[in-house]
Amino acid sequence: MGRRPLRVASVGGGPAGLYAALLLAKANPDHDITVHERYPPDVTFGWGVVFSDATLGRFREADLRSYTQITDSFVRWSAIDIFYRGERLRSDGHAFAAIARKQLLRILQQRCADLGVTLEFSSEVALDDVAGADLVLGVDGIRSAVRDAHGGWFQPRLDERRAKYIWYGTDLVLDSFTFLFRDSPHGLFQVHAYPFDGTRSTFIVETTEETWRRAGLDTADEAESIAYCEALFADHLRGARLLSNQSRWVNFVTVRNARWVHDNVVLLGDAAHTAHFSIGSGTKLAMEDAIALAQAVDEHPDLPTALAQYEKERRPVVERFQDAAQDSLEYFENIPRYTHLEPLQFAFYLLTRSGRITYDSLRLRDAEFVAGVDRWFARGPAAGEGPGPLLVAPPPALTAIRLRAVELVNRVVVAPVLAAPAADGEPGEDVAAELSSWAASGAGLVLTPPLAVTPEGRATPADPGLYRPEHAAAWSRVVKAARDAGPALVGARLGHAGPRGATRPRREGVDLPLRAGGWPLLAASARPYAPGAAVPAAATPADLDAVIAAFARAAEAADDAGFDLLVVDAADGYLLSSFVSPLTNRRDDGYGGPLEHRLRFPLEVVTAVRAAWGEDRPLAVRLTASDLADGGTTVPDAVAAARAFAAAGCDLVEVRAGHTTPRARPAYGPGHLVGYADQIRNEARVGVLVGGGLITLGDVNTVLAAGRADLAVLDPRRR
Amino acid sequence: MQVGIGLPATVPGAPGRLVVDWAHRADAGPFTSVGVLDRLQYDNYEPLTALAAAAAVTERVALVTMVVIGPLRNTAGLAKQAASVHALSGGRLTLGLALGARRDDYDLAGIDYAGRGTRLEEQLTGLRDLWDDEAMGPRAVLRRPDLLVGGATGPALARMARLADGYVHGGGPPRAFARAADEARAAWTDAGRPGAPKLWGQGYFALGGDTARGAAYLLDYYAFTGPFAQRIAEGNLTSPQAVRQFVSGYADAGCDELILFPTVADPTELDRLADVVA
Repeated sequence: MGRRPLRVASVGGGPAGLYAALLLAKANPDHDITVHERYPPDVTFGWGVVFSDATLGRFREADLRSYTQITDSFVRWSAIDIFYRGERLRSDGHAFAAIARKQLLRILQQRCADLGVTLEFSSEVALDDVAGADLVLGVDGIRSAVRDAHGGWFQPRLDERRAKYIWYGTDLVLDSFTFLFRDSPHGLFQVHAYPFDGTRSTFIVETTEETWRRAGLDTADEAESIAYCEALFADHLRGARLLSNQSRWVNFVTVRNARWVHDNVVLLGDAAHTAHFSIGSGTKLAMEDAIALAQAVDEHPDLPTALAQYEKERRPVVERFQDAAQDSLEYFENIPRYTHLEPLQFAFYLLTRSGRITYDSLRLRDAEFVAGVDRWFARGPAAGEGPGPLLVAPPPALTAIRLRAVELVNRVVVAPVLAAPAADGEPGEDVAAELSSWAASGAGLVLTPPLAVTPEGRATPADPGLYRPEHAAAWSRVVKAARDAGPALVGARLGHAGPRGATRPRREGVDLPLRAGGWPLLAASARPYAPGAAVPAAATPADLDAVIAAFARAAEAADDAGFDLLVVDAADGYLLSSFVSPLTNRRDDGYGGPLEHRLRFPLEVVTAVRAAWGEDRPLAVRLTASDLADGGTTVPDAVAAARAFAAAGCDLVEVRAGHTTPRARPAYGPGHLVGYADQIRNEARVGVLVGGGLITLGDVNTVLAAGRADLAVLDPRRR
Repeated sequence: MQVGIGLPATVPGAPGRLVVDWAHRADAGPFTSVGVLDRLQYDNYEPLTALAAAAAVTERVALVTMVVIGPLRNTAGLAKQAASVHALSGGRLTLGLALGARRDDYDLAGIDYAGRGTRLEEQLTGLRDLWDDEAMGPRAVLRRPDLLVGGATGPALARMARLADGYVHGGGPPRAFARAADEARAAWTDAGRPGAPKLWGQGYFALGGDTARGAAYLLDYYAFTGPFAQRIAEGNLTSPQAVRQFVSGYADAGCDELILFPTVADPTELDRLADVVA
């Protein structure tokens, strides 16, 4: 572009600084570039680094010579091995390549030198020392001094995680990306290991801080730590040694910055952002930063524009990666949540943990592995009881599930919002036709919208109900029509809209108060659901008794109507939910205050419903995983609630989030409720139904095969 | 999917006659709607005023704001203005509302930037109340204008799902629209609304060969986004093939109506686009 030559100072001589220097020098030989590295040339921490095929493609485009040298030094492999409960689970068809970090640095250093970049080793510089430079690269790592010198501007956020890990090498030569999970008397340890040249492998050991202390590793010296880990993994190491390179137990730090550019100072690599080592991407991101920066500088004659362009281009890419890395990090931090999963499911979860691999994409890479998961899933926990092995099996979404005496032909649920109105709660022919059409859709279960247990419990005058004596017969006709239409069973949700009652039909919007013909509202406390909404009455003990009786009567009516499954709606800001959330429950009697008091009324309702509902039929509760609002409930509250509901006779939790107040701050997207379902299922160990942005059968298979939920609501884009 | 065309009301220096004639010609063409954008601190026409003028010279096309920055306006005044354009046009107004992306517009209007989300939320219910109010008019049309809401955040999508009839996307390649459409549908279902949200998309074009002029306009209009303006300028559709691919990409993503905005205020641009989308 004919831009004027720049004086460039790189503060840091890791992969980001070296690669940026060589690419800048290559684009314009007249740039005057100096790389300052605080250590001598051959000092490096860590062992091998991993790259994907996509990253390698970018290297090839950016600089063919270093790309060739890097790939000449590579080891490549395609398998992931997971050692868990004494079994090895192997998934093949992935593409990995790795190189020794030391070798990578050597290649980049040599290439820099060839292109006229000045390399200053053992040169620790501060920003003042490079004040004459036109462009300063802040590539001095997680604890970047360059960044911290302008901390007020960059606003770095360093999130130091609690898990402990240590970065060893080993002279064991692996042929796979290897995850080891090992129970010890002190607790669970896990290893992330992969080869990086023909003779050695990286071997990262990770555990919780508590286990680390119990094992005495907080006071162990270098040799003692090695001895402990070598003994723990002796059967895997098979005589190979663990190698230390000033290796210490550390905590992973996630780095984020509000800004990456300050005047002529730009952050790259770990100084700007980190991503958990379990997705093996720190060096990849750093070198891709370098490519983007060199390109931006080459394309924009004006340096501030170039730097802004670099940040604009890289930030969204890096943040997406950091999101995936965060999912992966949290998975490894919460491993004890998942160690009850059987090996194949545990392995499938591990492979799909960050959302970058799905059931469908894994099947493309390794069809046999996924077929194995299908067979295991179809056989269920009673594995081995059949007279012979399964040869073919449906995907998880299409396997049957038994809940008490009720068997669903598959795990796909549809939960339509009815277009047809009910008249005083009574469903007409058009409701029967609508539900029948869904029953014929191939799903295993059709769920009704909440059926009001009293007339005041309706959200809109068009809402269906189960409160008048003739309603049971009307629903019986609907259920029969739906059952005749297809293999799906039919479940009813029972609800009381509470403070969200007396609103206009939902085609206009939600929570728009009726202009005329409204009715008095009921809630835990006398607080309107939304600004401008009617103020509900705080329920008196007599009100509560009446509501409990209404739910019980509705459950009996549901039984008479022939419903196969019942869901009590305790979510979404409805009456029961208004008791659960501290944002809406301000009572000072035995139904307010701590969580167990706030759960008391919903539990009384569930207990009454359980008693009135057929013993052989499943009961579920619709539960808010998080209020998604300041001061509201969070997932641990929901886990505790799920346990309490299970103890009261619930077989299933339908997971919701937000809507307890209109101030919730939700995030929508593919499977936006799955994380909550996962945590509730695997901590409370209850059956879980989840929906929300699960568009394809593949989405449902990914969720079910990993054990994140047991049933899923499918929301196809078009029907 | 239906395709509409933007008025050149946000292209600096476009004469009033040109904007009005543009609407008239659009009504005769293959377009199903004409759209306008909103901005205070810029050389552009006030969107509802431009649509009022368009109403006078059109009979068929829908009149759409993509969007009006709601919180900058007094709700009663906005309700009156929108009801008037709706009545003048025989019920052809679709009112898209959002928060806008420029703080300086709020400063100029003397409106607090903080709390603008809550303000928009109140506005959405307030508009309906005012439109339903017997004492207010004009009431020449039975059905209120459709309400669309824009914005990419979770709370914006939740607001759309709770209180609007559909979603208006802020622009971008088809795959960005597809992602936003999935999120909008998920928010809609999550709120318990029946059916699906109406999904509106938008893009920019310059088909007369003067791509530099189109790019210069976009760089200027989006200067406040920094280097992102460059991306937007690069997304300008400058060939019939680019327009066709864009249109089919949006159609595949489930867009109900796509409005293409001119970046060069020359009437031949309208004719060229008409030829491509006819």
